[in-house]
Amino acid sequence: MYGLQEINKEYNRRGDAVVAFRCDRLEIGAGEYVAVVGPSGSGKTTLLSLLGGMLSPTRGKVWLDGQSLYDLSVAERTRIRRQRMGFVFQSFNLIPYLTALENVQLPLVLTGLPATEQCRRATALLDRFGLHGRLGHKPNELSVGQQQRVALARTLVNDPRIILADEPTGNLDPTNRQLVLEILDESCRSGRTVVMVTHDPEAARHAHRQLRLCDGAVSEILVRNSTTKSGDAA
Amino acid sequence: MGLRSLIWKELRERPWSLATSGLAILLGVASLVAIRHVTVASEGEVSRQLATLGANILILPKDATLENYYAADQNGGTLPEEHVSEVFLAGLTGVEKVSPKLCVPAELQGQSVTLAGILPQTEFRTKAAWQTVALFSAKPHTGCKKAKCAITANDALPESLATNRTIETLGETETVIGADVADRSGLKLGTKVTLLGETFEVLAILPRTGTVDDSRVFAHLHTVQRLAGMGEVVSAIEVMGCCEDAAGDLVPEIRKLLPDAKVVTISQVVQTQVGVNRLMANTSWFVLVVLTLVGGVSLAGAISANVRERRREIGTLMALGATPGFVARLFLIKALVLGLVGGISGCLIGLALALWLGPHWAAVEIVPLPQLMVASACAACALALVSAYWPARTAARLDPCICFREV
Ligand SMILES: Nc1ncnc2c1ncn2[C@@H]1O[C@H](COP(=O)(O)OP(=O)(O)O)[C@@H](O)[C@H]1O
Ligand SMILES: [Mg+2]
Repeated sequence: MYGLQEINKEYNRRGDAVVAFRCDRLEIGAGEYVAVVGPSGSGKTTLLSLLGGMLSPTRGKVWLDGQSLYDLSVAERTRIRRQRMGFVFQSFNLIPYLTALENVQLPLVLTGLPATEQCRRATALLDRFGLHGRLGHKPNELSVGQQQRVALARTLVNDPRIILADEPTGNLDPTNRQLVLEILDESCRSGRTVVMVTHDPEAARHAHRQLRLCDGAVSEILVRNSTTKSGDAA
Repeated sequence: MGLRSLIWKELRERPWSLATSGLAILLGVASLVAIRHVTVASEGEVSRQLATLGANILILPKDATLENYYAADQNGGTLPEEHVSEVFLAGLTGVEKVSPKLCVPAELQGQSVTLAGILPQTEFRTKAAWQTVALFSAKPHTGCKKAKCAITANDALPESLATNRTIETLGETETVIGADVADRSGLKLGTKVTLLGETFEVLAILPRTGTVDDSRVFAHLHTVQRLAGMGEVVSAIEVMGCCEDAAGDLVPEIRKLLPDAKVVTISQVVQTQVGVNRLMANTSWFVLVVLTLVGGVSLAGAISANVRERRREIGTLMALGATPGFVARLFLIKALVLGLVGGISGCLIGLALALWLGPHWAAVEIVPLPQLMVASACAACALALVSAYWPARTAARLDPCICFREV
């Protein structure tokens, strides 16, 4: 699925180049569940943006299903994001002036699906996440856990093959954290590729593989035996 | 749900954030529409007046001002009445009629009116016969296109004073009253009224002209001279030329004849008036340009602020698959909505204003100008789009990575 090849992403800060992320070679297979861990500022979000087609690397290539992502036009990358990717954010990024239902409809609006179909799909997904009574609520009328569930419904409504999550449990209490992790597990079981940035070792253990980032470099890889849940260092 | 409902839902959330710029656009369009309506209507009125009175020449006291030719005979100064005969006896080519006028303040049933003394045309004819000079009408100038030498049946009616500015017959104790005076006093034909201590009989009530004549009372010149105790003087003499060419040629001749008077053509007076109109119109263009700039700049500012505070939302939309074009349209259409709302309501308010102010300010009836209104609404939309172009472009070029940034 993903292949990163001699990637280097630098930021210029008042003339000084700061390497935000670099790696010689990194592969993420289809259906794989990868956790990205590491201290703050180590380049986790940068990696996720590179994978999401939102940030061109200074050097190197990002391959997605045999296509070099950053050799495509902005419009084509946008289309790939729309069709194949779903994002989960730490603070949910719900649109404040839209209701739960409308927020979930949003990706379908962008693909140009008819309104009735938008509604049907969004309602079904929100029902599945236990939010049938909250369709008409604005984000500020929902609890934090409900907001993240709405956000997850929005992520999944397009049936994306890839899920890119940036600290999806960072703002949640244990119960809701568990719920989100279960949804991600379930997504992976149904064949989706999941890349999750997290600070939480417990959450990271849900992944098949853990990448540890330190100062922009992939310094450690932990692989878990895919049958046991308490995998360890490799 | 689609792009439009997305814009609508956002706009509905905080409609007041764009109120100032919307108001500026609305005021700009409203003032443009109002001013243009009044200007166009008064220009039409001026050219209509020119068409009927263009061939006329006014002889006024030297110190008279020319702001409003209808009131030009009310300047206060006077001319000796002999000037009338001098013009009349000079036998100038192209003169159709001569009409002297003396305006004095008077009271009619407790309301103050302007009493205008005029000389009926029959007296000229008697005088002409008596002086054995030919009537003016006998001498149209060569090549005259408009000569109106014969007296038509209509000219014989006293009401023709309203349009012809002359009257055929008027007795020494008869009076003709303007439409406004008639309305306010409720006077009827044949009623007796007292003016400057003398009793007059109402001979005619003039149809409404929309000019100062509406609030005037007319009587025989010699009666007015006697009652006012002013001697044989007049405030103005109007000379009707047969056509505008004649009027232009006549002015220098009359000037030579009457060196102590001011001789102007009605067109000159009207041009003065048009000049004043034009100055007003130019001033209002300036006001309009300022309003447009204020509207445009404040809209650009408002949309910029909107883009800034919605950065993360824009990033999120882009992460969800919104193209830069979609994001740009989000803001352009929003601005367009504002331009449309401001433009259309501005048009309606401007028209209402013009309909209300036109008769008060410029004494003209306003006819709605649909093309002008459509053009103004379109201009408002174009202004909105131009103002929103840069902020929208900024939004479209935002880095989608902002969606990961924590607030
Ligand atoms: N837009 C940017 N401009 C400059 N430096 C940036 C920018 N975004 C990230 N960085 C820098 O790149 C490094 C990695 O950032 P990030 O990927 O956000 O880290 P993490 O998500 O692991 O906290 C940090 O040192 C950060 O300061
Ligand atoms: Mg981060």
